[in-house]
Amino acid sequence: MTSPAAVQDRAGSAVAGARIGVVTFPGTLDDRDAARAVRLAGGTAVPLWHADADLHGVDAVVLPGGFSYGDYLRAGAISRFAPVMEPLVDAANGGMPVLGICNGFQILAESHLLPGAMIKNDHRSFICREQVLSVENADTAWTRDYSRGEKITIPLKNQDGQFVADEHTLDELEGEGRVVFRYVGWNPNGSRRDIAGICNAAGNVVGLMPHPEHAVEVGFGPDGARGPRTGTDGLGFFTSVIGSLLR
Amino acid sequence: MGTVVVDVMPKPEILDPQGKAVASALPRLGFGGFTGVRQGRRFELTVEGEVTEAVLEQVRQAAVTLLSNPVIEDVVRVEAVADPSVADA
Repeated sequence: MTSPAAVQDRAGSAVAGARIGVVTFPGTLDDRDAARAVRLAGGTAVPLWHADADLHGVDAVVLPGGFSYGDYLRAGAISRFAPVMEPLVDAANGGMPVLGICNGFQILAESHLLPGAMIKNDHRSFICREQVLSVENADTAWTRDYSRGEKITIPLKNQDGQFVADEHTLDELEGEGRVVFRYVGWNPNGSRRDIAGICNAAGNVVGLMPHPEHAVEVGFGPDGARGPRTGTDGLGFFTSVIGSLLR
Repeated sequence: MGTVVVDVMPKPEILDPQGKAVASALPRLGFGGFTGVRQGRRFELTVEGEVTEAVLEQVRQAAVTLLSNPVIEDVVRVEAVADPSVADA
């Protein structure tokens, strides 16, 4: 993990040249937190609007959480056809790093950039908690600052968080090392095989239900080793992608 | 004015949390003897004029791209109806 002090040192240096787009759809909630996480990691956050027909030259994109288009029809179903998604899907297929968080993960699944789908939590309730995850793949563009098997704690909050896919797809994800995160201790939504996040075959597109952007700054995150609200385990997502871009 | 009805259901192997919620409420209200409930979605798409084969083909395409997610749902009906209020008669 990168320490907050190291982040301070890097701000204003070459990493600020990493331009990371954060898409806002109607009903997106966590775009400001995602942009703040990008800045805390030293990068430059570029706001993207759902109706934009191009990506304004960004180097990577975050699809943040929320309830885009009210989650009417299915979570992420209408967002998938937003104008900004066309260049985004092309760029993702071309290798550009894309992170989908919660509703963003649902949008990536509806876009077929990631396999499977999210349905309502098995216990049928909205859930909000600090969730322990195991990092299963530390080689993706968004996880290279973690180590394999590392346990991280970040917030989880969702209604439609149950990851489902057919057995063949699940076996394929496991066999190719594309399960990136697994729930530890308790499966909060009934997701198949405790899967919290996955990636595409190339590892540049990652989606997960929990929220790394809410655990990037002391005073605002989950409880951590240094005391209440000191957890910053989510910051590694953003330092990872900046590192990937500068490599 | 013509109308096309599209029915979408969760795939049989997918747990249907909404259906389960309804199933558990039924006995509380005294409706007994139901061993399961599955909840789907019905869309009514209206067009000017009659429903031609071209219209139906468009609806079939829309049904599998936007109206349903084939990973978790099946389109179980795409049908032109004269009057949607009696579509199930």
